[in-house]
Amino acid sequence: MRHIISVLLENEAGALSRVVALFAARGYNIETLTVAPTEDATLSRMTIVTRGSDDVIEQITKHLNRLIEIVKVVDLTDGSHVERELMLIKVRAVGKEREEIKRTVDIFRGHIIDVTEKAYTIELTGDKSKLDAFIDSIDRASILETVRTGGSGIGRGERILKA
Amino acid sequence: MSLEMTGAEILVRCLADEGVEHVFGYPGGAVLYIYDAIYKQDKFQHILVRHEQAAIHAADAYSRSSGKIGVAIVTSGPGVTNAVTGLATAYMDSIPMVVISGQVPTHAIGQDAFQECDAIGITRPCVKHNFLVKDVRDLALTIKKAFYIASTGRPGPVLIDVPKDVSMLPCLYDYPKEIDMRSYKPIEKGHTGQIRKAVQMLLQAERPMIYAGGGVILADAAEELNQLVDRLGIPCTNTLMGLGGYRASSDKYVGMPGMHGTYEANLAMQNSDVLVAIGARFDDRVIGNTTHFASQQRKIIHIDIDPSSISKRVKVDVPIVGGVKEVLQEFHAQLDAANAKPNAAALSAWWKQINEWRQLECMSYEQSDTIIKPQYVIQKLWDVTKGDAFICSDVGQHQMWSAQYYPFDKPRRWFNSGGLGTMGVGLPFAMGVQLANPGATVACVTGEGSIQMNIQELATCKQYNFTPKIIMLNNGVLGMVRQWQRVDYDSRYSESYVDSLPDFHKLAESYGHVGIKVEKPADVEGALKEAFAMKDRLVFMNILTDPSENVWPMVKPGKGLTQMLLGSEDL
Repeated sequence: MRHIISVLLENEAGALSRVVALFAARGYNIETLTVAPTEDATLSRMTIVTRGSDDVIEQITKHLNRLIEIVKVVDLTDGSHVERELMLIKVRAVGKEREEIKRTVDIFRGHIIDVTEKAYTIELTGDKSKLDAFIDSIDRASILETVRTGGSGIGRGERILKA
Repeated sequence: MSLEMTGAEILVRCLADEGVEHVFGYPGGAVLYIYDAIYKQDKFQHILVRHEQAAIHAADAYSRSSGKIGVAIVTSGPGVTNAVTGLATAYMDSIPMVVISGQVPTHAIGQDAFQECDAIGITRPCVKHNFLVKDVRDLALTIKKAFYIASTGRPGPVLIDVPKDVSMLPCLYDYPKEIDMRSYKPIEKGHTGQIRKAVQMLLQAERPMIYAGGGVILADAAEELNQLVDRLGIPCTNTLMGLGGYRASSDKYVGMPGMHGTYEANLAMQNSDVLVAIGARFDDRVIGNTTHFASQQRKIIHIDIDPSSISKRVKVDVPIVGGVKEVLQEFHAQLDAANAKPNAAALSAWWKQINEWRQLECMSYEQSDTIIKPQYVIQKLWDVTKGDAFICSDVGQHQMWSAQYYPFDKPRRWFNSGGLGTMGVGLPFAMGVQLANPGATVACVTGEGSIQMNIQELATCKQYNFTPKIIMLNNGVLGMVRQWQRVDYDSRYSESYVDSLPDFHKLAESYGHVGIKVEKPADVEGALKEAFAMKDRLVFMNILTDPSENVWPMVKPGKGLTQMLLGSEDL
């Protein structure tokens, strides 16, 4: 099953490599990983999207907790949460395709953030399935380049992750 | 009061302030400032080894035998890479250690400088934590953290990588007295409710069993364990890492479990209805095939300081995260309060069953008067040392025979590489143990394969007057490899014969030690007595043993605990 694990860790050199090494050494899978400092610059917040059986996810959270620089670990999938990912996608936009792509972007509530004679660069935010759906809705051959940040997650309501 | 010192002086001062009395190490370019500072101090003794691997093993064993934190210093590059085996050995067995490695100057890092290697990257998977100190102002705090992390929670080795310029630059010395890390808060006290559940489960059990591992030794909880087993009157097994945790001379002790465990321990493990695992981790060498182990219904109570050890290989019914000592004390308190006894009738039937298993005498072997049996040597070693020696073992058949035929009544008397299985630990382990226990009887049980992996340390022993007695069971073959080739590879003995062996007793003599060669069974006891009588000498005993002898019982890899081979007739 797909899990979204949120991690609060010391913003120190090498901390990220310990997390990645843990997954590599034990054969666990990282689907996406995002990390950036929080409002407190000494702390980083990381979101790891991974897949595994309940036993594997239990071991992943236990091993993450065991890393010295990690302050808190929570499996967001355990409760209600919001997930967002940002995608920048550059598509060929010439002739009548231009209008069609613009309409699709509007339907998905995206923005065209760069325009040339031949291409649009589109910014789109949503959960994984929405971004996948956008890609599926346009002609594959017109896609020039795709960049996705990977998922970021946060608990709903009063559920917070703090040091 | 703060004082300006160089990084090297700060480092040396921190070690002294941590109460370090002995440091093992080997100098080199990147640690020359540190060695200069060592030269100028008199707070701790530095032991110069002959290979960095031995420095780590010796510091490791110093820790294993004393409970203090072992410290070693190595230089950058090859110094660090040579240290890796030692770190991995200590990490697998959860031994608290602090290792200082030199690094090229900060401005040269990443430039493929002479003797540069990515020490942090190379050691990351085999240490509890590691630090690269980039600023001399962080040095003292980092050392404080390293000692704290190494010794608390589930212990383990911590490496501090110190670039040469950091050891040279000046800084005010201010060693923190206390440390608090928001990201590292080990749990010591177990959950009272879980312990209550466990106590009830244990009291209602019909076939209870205690399975105690190295965590009992590390937590200094042998006393609490002995009391628990005795007051309940239930069977107890100690793993290879836990030998001596419960006294072997008790009739409640059923021997070691696992691949080369006793018949009764393995059958009791498998057939118990409530199994209490204390500081043990259901290792593959202990329970064998997990599916086979789970095929029999039983409740499992698991006490461990490391949550990630719980429900890793087997599903646990009552997990108790906490320090073994604290949790066992709480067990006693709750047993006192409950004022209840285990089910006497059920327990007596359980003991009847276990005693039937015992009658198989799985560890009997055929004695010979022409060729020396390795088991016999270990039994005589026990007799001659009255079972009270510090035994440092290498890795292989001799390790298993030592574990089987030298019963331990006390913790911190048995030293071996249980997790990583590192050949070559024996002699450096004996150095560390001897240093921590001056005047004590220390024996290194080894083989002609293992000893050659760190034989250079005979020189260190001479220099510092370490006087372990080396009991080398010389069968001329890599015994354990050969045993597996016999069992699983149709006796195709690929590369497991050791040719061109040196004349070991003469080799020992050339290092300035005493060498004894023993070739006949009748001479074994006399030679051992002679060796142990030479208290102030290292005696190297080259004992020629039967190469056809194998370690029994044996649970083949991948097999279930009860699927034991009891001897070569079962093959």
